[in-house]
Amino acid sequence: MHQLAQRVQDTFPVGFVSSTEWRGDVSVTVTREKVHEVAQFLHDDPGMDFDYIVHVSSVDWPDDEERFEVVWEFYSIRKRQRIRLKARVPEPDCIVDSLTDIWKGADFMEREVYDMMGIRFRNHPDLRRILMPDDYTEGYPLRKDFPLRGKGWRDTFDFLDEVPR
Amino acid sequence: MGLIQLGRPDKDGSPDVITTTVEKAVNWARKGSLWPMTFGLACCAIEMIAAVSSRYDMDRYGAGVFRASPRQSDLMIVAGTVCRRMAPVIRKIYDQMPEPKYVIAMGSCATSGNIYDSYSVVQGVDRFVPVDIYVPGCPPTPEALFDGILKLQERIMQKRVFVTQPDQVKFSLKA
Repeated sequence: MHQLAQRVQDTFPVGFVSSTEWRGDVSVTVTREKVHEVAQFLHDDPGMDFDYIVHVSSVDWPDDEERFEVVWEFYSIRKRQRIRLKARVPEPDCIVDSLTDIWKGADFMEREVYDMMGIRFRNHPDLRRILMPDDYTEGYPLRKDFPLRGKGWRDTFDFLDEVPR
Repeated sequence: MGLIQLGRPDKDGSPDVITTTVEKAVNWARKGSLWPMTFGLACCAIEMIAAVSSRYDMDRYGAGVFRASPRQSDLMIVAGTVCRRMAPVIRKIYDQMPEPKYVIAMGSCATSGNIYDSYSVVQGVDRFVPVDIYVPGCPPTPEALFDGILKLQERIMQKRVFVTQPDQVKFSLKA
């Protein structure tokens, strides 16, 4: 096991689920209850020192019991190391802790995950849609059960009735 | 083209009479001074920019002065993928352009949505603005865009200047 993953496992024996390493990429899966704690550790610990949040994304595994997976990627500018943190989220209770209090840059990326996949973030300061319009009601477009061509929004041009001629 | 008919040469050889119609003269002036508006949405915009720049020099067709404001332009070149959220903006800008106005759908995306058959991409800009010329390509080369502009100029020459458009044509998109 990679030493970064090993340290996470030693520090959080309860929340740690699994870890993988592939071509130098270290991924650590934790339970979603421990996400905020682990992230705080990754940010504050001098050996970790992950001061930069690269990306927040999410994966839909429609056949799995815990359907969604939220993925955070962190980078340490000083130590030049990367780590990927994953947590599974079940569909009925689609919520996970926001990391905006640790990395402010997580704000828009968490909004994107909420917009596209419908996963909510606890304690997020401004959880609104970011890519789709605020009044969009058809659901969450990146879910696997969302039709590829949408549900008609792209073909409705209601503004044509409003424009002055 | 039958635009200008020269009269009988004078004794010293220079023409003294020019006959034409006002319609042809107006159309000739219009086609020779198209003022396009920059509306680059994706990679097609790069080719559009190349078309205006010195190597290809769109100014040769009288269409080289790109304006940043719709109120100063009469040709909208929609270059790139049109997302549904951008559609009301394009329509608003089109409505702000003074008549007579023309639209070129540049590239496959603006024409038909191209491969982006997805929940957010409009399947052709002609769904909400009337398009005069479709330029194929992904992206079209500057030469292809020039061909579109020359075709548009041919089209402008055929327009009636003093006849108002019938309402069913003007409002056909709304129905």
